[in-house]
Amino acid sequence: MNSESKSAYRQAEESIGLTPIEEQVAAVSGSGETEELFTINFGPHHPATHGVLRLLVTLQGEVVRDVKPIIGYVHTGIEKTAEDKSYWKVIPVIERMDYLSYYFNAMAFCSAVEIIAEVEVPKRAQYLRVIHLELNRIASHLIWLGTSALDLGATSPFLYCLRERDQILDLFEMSSGQRMHTRYFQVGGVMEDIPAGFEAKLRAFIDIMPTRIDQYNALLHANEIVLQRLHGVCPLDEATLLSLGVTGPLLRAAGNPWDLRKAAPYSSYEDFKFKIPIGTAGDNYDRLAVRIAEMYESVRIIEQALDGLPEGPYITSDRKVALPPRHELATSMEALIHHFKLVTEGFRVPPGEIYCPIESPRGELGCFVRSDGSSKPARVHMRDPSFVNLQALPHMTRGSYVADMIATIAMLDPILGGIDR
Amino acid sequence: MEVRRQALQSGGTSVDPATLHIRKHSARRLLEGADIEGPNPGTHPDRDAERLEGKALERHVQERVLTTTLDKAVAWARSNSFFPLGFGLACCAMEFFHTAGSRMDIARFGAEAVRASPRQADLIILSGRVSIKMAPIVRRLYDQMLEPKWAIAMGACCSSMGVFNNYALVPADKFMPIDVHVPGCPPRPEALMHGILKLRKLVQGEPDPGWRSRYGAIGTEEIAPMRESASDWGATDGA
Repeated sequence: MNSESKSAYRQAEESIGLTPIEEQVAAVSGSGETEELFTINFGPHHPATHGVLRLLVTLQGEVVRDVKPIIGYVHTGIEKTAEDKSYWKVIPVIERMDYLSYYFNAMAFCSAVEIIAEVEVPKRAQYLRVIHLELNRIASHLIWLGTSALDLGATSPFLYCLRERDQILDLFEMSSGQRMHTRYFQVGGVMEDIPAGFEAKLRAFIDIMPTRIDQYNALLHANEIVLQRLHGVCPLDEATLLSLGVTGPLLRAAGNPWDLRKAAPYSSYEDFKFKIPIGTAGDNYDRLAVRIAEMYESVRIIEQALDGLPEGPYITSDRKVALPPRHELATSMEALIHHFKLVTEGFRVPPGEIYCPIESPRGELGCFVRSDGSSKPARVHMRDPSFVNLQALPHMTRGSYVADMIATIAMLDPILGGIDR
Repeated sequence: MEVRRQALQSGGTSVDPATLHIRKHSARRLLEGADIEGPNPGTHPDRDAERLEGKALERHVQERVLTTTLDKAVAWARSNSFFPLGFGLACCAMEFFHTAGSRMDIARFGAEAVRASPRQADLIILSGRVSIKMAPIVRRLYDQMLEPKWAIAMGACCSSMGVFNNYALVPADKFMPIDVHVPGCPPRPEALMHGILKLRKLVQGEPDPGWRSRYGAIGTEEIAPMRESASDWGATDGA
């Protein structure tokens, strides 16, 4: 068959060789204009966006040139709803904001209200809060680790992480009756004392947890694919991170040991000995390593808090803020009046405003509360770390491959419920 | 052992190739619409069917062998191999993870193959709150799924706007058909599993009538039941 009888398509097909595709395209187009920008839409439904994040990604070939996050797909109006509820009914709404760190949301709000209302929190309540906060930090990091490993193509760490997270949620269920959104923290302390059997179960957990983290390390840190995907990928230096307002493990991975538990201790964190893990290069691998190291430290804090758990009340005795014990209602008229006022109207908070930051698993979680003297807050605003950290994504991913952008989103750990609120 | 082998042999479960051929032949003739004529007595294997004639025999064969059994088999296969869409909205998605995770293990009911694309999925689990901005996207995802498809509204938010109940959210029933609502905030993994099992019953053609019919409480619904067809929605304002 001679070449005249072949169709033009057949001829073009046979002319494809093993030379790089750019040269072949340049030979056809003649002008060498192969550099074309290409904008794709990524999300809001995409399994690697960890929620409903939408990104407009401008690509040149496979290289990311620009990323533009578009948010608001899970906007819930939580801050506005909080203005319409009395202080103690705000807590369940606030908890549902960043849905992986519900204890932290409640802690930030309760601390802010406690500062305005000048409520003293008993030592035992502070320790109980620390135990639950650190358990929640581990639980949050476990979900992050499992889903990040899924994004990198590994399925088994997800199942192992959920196994441990189920143990933590069992502990939450013991102390409060709910697995998620427990509403355990109250203004002035915690809802109830820990039940019998909680301590033994918690001890069993903190005994097993370090070996479990060792196993994750063995799975991930010795894995060639994980190392290739993360080492030296999408680094960002400390100065840029600080100028963008990024906090938490992302900043610590770049070498800045900023942690509010050390820098401005709250809820008796000054009583415990723990280290702040930091990275050196600020790349994706450091972000992984810092979070995994944080889990060891959280276990240490829980152990110390459990050993030194003081006796005493678990909630303030200020009857204007906290409900009286149930048995007092039958005997004391005062208690009955307080109970009635708290349940119907709630407690009033003197006028003032406060910004109260704490260290959440994702960075500085701050709560701004303005009170006008009534029983409902005039304004509640949360400074959510996911929201601030997300603006570092374009700076991290410019010039990297689109596949590395997926890994970077995973290592950024944004929670869309916290971003959109 | 000896006794059991005897019983099996006398049970008559084995069919010798000659009678099987005759059965297939008569079934094919039935499908072609041929009149039923009694085959030569003595060679027909099915003693009960031998006494039937005409339409009765046709019905008998169709009930035994053909369409009903196939439908049931397909429903059984579908209901035991859901392909959920990997789709997380908010808090409930975490409990959906746990349903797929090690302890609850959704794979026991064949629904562990979470698909990334709506084209490959036949079950959408709305796990979380649907904002007004997200609702058109959820609807498009549902439209992109191929029939047959089912939807589970997981949690209070996408069933009734939950604790928030404010300007930003929209319940899922407003913009797409939902087969099963799972209450809770968020529902436990066990609750979601219960919802999936309810859906399985639904797909198998045995929908649970619900507690109202079991306890004689029909008519006590607080919300008017859904109208039958889409045309009813437009018809009311003219009337």
